[in-house]
Amino acid sequence: MAVSATTLTPAKVKKSSSLGMAWRRFLSRKWAVAAGIFILLEIMIAIFAPVIAPYDPYYSDYTATYQKPNAKYLLGTDDMGRDVLSRIIYGTRVSYSVGVLSQVCIVIIGLPIGAIAGLIGGWVDYVTMRVIDVLSSIPGMLLYILLMVALGGGSGNVFQALSNIILAMSLTGWIGIARLVRGQVLSLKESDFVRAARSMGADNTWIIKTHILRNALTPVVISMTLGVPGAMFGEAGLSFLGLGIAPPTPSWGQMIGIYQSFARTWPHLILYPALVLAVTMLAWILLGDGVRDALDPNIRM
Amino acid sequence: MGRYILMRLAGVVGVLIAVSFITFMLMKAIPSGPFDMMGVQANKAIPDQLKRQLEAKYGLDQPVFMQYLLFVRNAVKLDFGYSFYYQGQTIAQIFQNQWPYSIQLGLLTMGFSILIGMGLGILAAMKQGTFFDYLGTAISLFCLAMPSFVLALLLQIVFAIKLGWVPTGGWDSPKQWILPVLANSLGPVLVLQRYTRASMVDVMRSNYVRTAKAKGLTEQRVTFIHIFKNALTPIVTVGGPMLAGLITGSFFVESIFRIPGIGQFWVTAIQNRDYPLIMATTLAWTAIISITYLITDLVYAVIDPRVTYVKEK
Repeated sequence: MAVSATTLTPAKVKKSSSLGMAWRRFLSRKWAVAAGIFILLEIMIAIFAPVIAPYDPYYSDYTATYQKPNAKYLLGTDDMGRDVLSRIIYGTRVSYSVGVLSQVCIVIIGLPIGAIAGLIGGWVDYVTMRVIDVLSSIPGMLLYILLMVALGGGSGNVFQALSNIILAMSLTGWIGIARLVRGQVLSLKESDFVRAARSMGADNTWIIKTHILRNALTPVVISMTLGVPGAMFGEAGLSFLGLGIAPPTPSWGQMIGIYQSFARTWPHLILYPALVLAVTMLAWILLGDGVRDALDPNIRM
Repeated sequence: MGRYILMRLAGVVGVLIAVSFITFMLMKAIPSGPFDMMGVQANKAIPDQLKRQLEAKYGLDQPVFMQYLLFVRNAVKLDFGYSFYYQGQTIAQIFQNQWPYSIQLGLLTMGFSILIGMGLGILAAMKQGTFFDYLGTAISLFCLAMPSFVLALLLQIVFAIKLGWVPTGGWDSPKQWILPVLANSLGPVLVLQRYTRASMVDVMRSNYVRTAKAKGLTEQRVTFIHIFKNALTPIVTVGGPMLAGLITGSFFVESIFRIPGIGQFWVTAIQNRDYPLIMATTLAWTAIISITYLITDLVYAVIDPRVTYVKEK
């Protein structure tokens, strides 16, 4: 059958089919799909925490402290007689807001910087890369904690604490994305299809918009998904040290940190937040791997 | 080559200057100073007049930029002065007393990680798609998903508190080394496993291995001479910085297992506003890591003749 010239709209056809193909590739990875469902569930738990939590996470029942898991308190109670399950459920909110929002902020800062450095090149690129060199030579955790303390730490208002953590994380984390995007842009600039487009008379705006940015976006999405567990770990570690989310607001890392002091007598308390944190991170890693395989089948680790 | 090394060393100095400036300014931006923190510690505020005298004594009453210049002048002579928090101890003494513990922990961790990580990586690559391959993947997923401080705590609870096989902390006998090394090697095992597997698979597909096999060389000869030797080269690139990271100590593992290493000092130094200690640890880390990168690049050029840093004429 002859194809008439009017039905040829290559850009559109290619776009929808490549996304569809990516989606099908993603669905074929059972572990990634399971992880995705688990993450959706956790997001629902975070949103509907007040409805789902069996008790008020802040309410202390001093007649029932250090309870082992039982019918009334499914995961037992902590040192102040608060329901551990309810605190873990509310902790989901902290982990998810830090995990997801920090990645969004990191991309908002890192993507334009990397893209500009790569596209303009010359001294702009040189200066950007030297700044990145210097910032990445400072031990990451140290810079992160210094920033966190300088911003005022995690005490006081919850939103203040959350935004401090996210800000400290974004100010240290954009380096990775900027480097990634710059590298992508540099190699895409020299790629055959960009040369082909240029030889066919495409102008810079068109090339940047349709060829370079769209292709550079794939690794950014992958790195965002894989960055979420890292950010969750960062928050947990900071709160574990007592520098992150301050009590009474619950966060998984903070719970682990507090329960550590009575691990000798009540070791079971640590187990639940630790397990939830590890399983959540695992789910994000599996999802990230799935997204990577789906979007970019050429990358193989 | 000499020119290249000189250029790189100049780069390291530049990085050190920039890093020291950024850290210094950030440190000064933190609210409340070292003597306020001493007051918090002692549960009563230090009188204003005394605080001013102390600040004058340590030069903290001068403009921040002057303080930085003063710091640089002494730092060039590697003199970081006295700690503000650990009274009567110089920074040099603290480094001398605590660092060996971290180095020991780091070296043990490195050795263990090489054994396990590379072992699993090699097994996974040689027996692709079999049980060993999946075992490697499962272990590396576990390492990725398990936060180090959580694993450290869980190991401590199970093997030290519940089962009582090993002590909960300390660093005096080899028995106390087991858990910290296990907890500390989480990250390194993961990285080494992944890199070794990827690098082995890469080499196994290469033309020279096919040629070697076609020549009729024995399987062992191909594996040891052709595959191993070439697959190990890229691993050096990750191994160097990894070792640097390990010997500079780990905050979580050292504090959970009560190891008196240097790793816990930089976090407590920030909390105590111990300015000299913050600066000294940051600069020491930065120097070690930058120099390791340089050495790694040089070693790489030596073992892989395809890599060269000198422009050919």
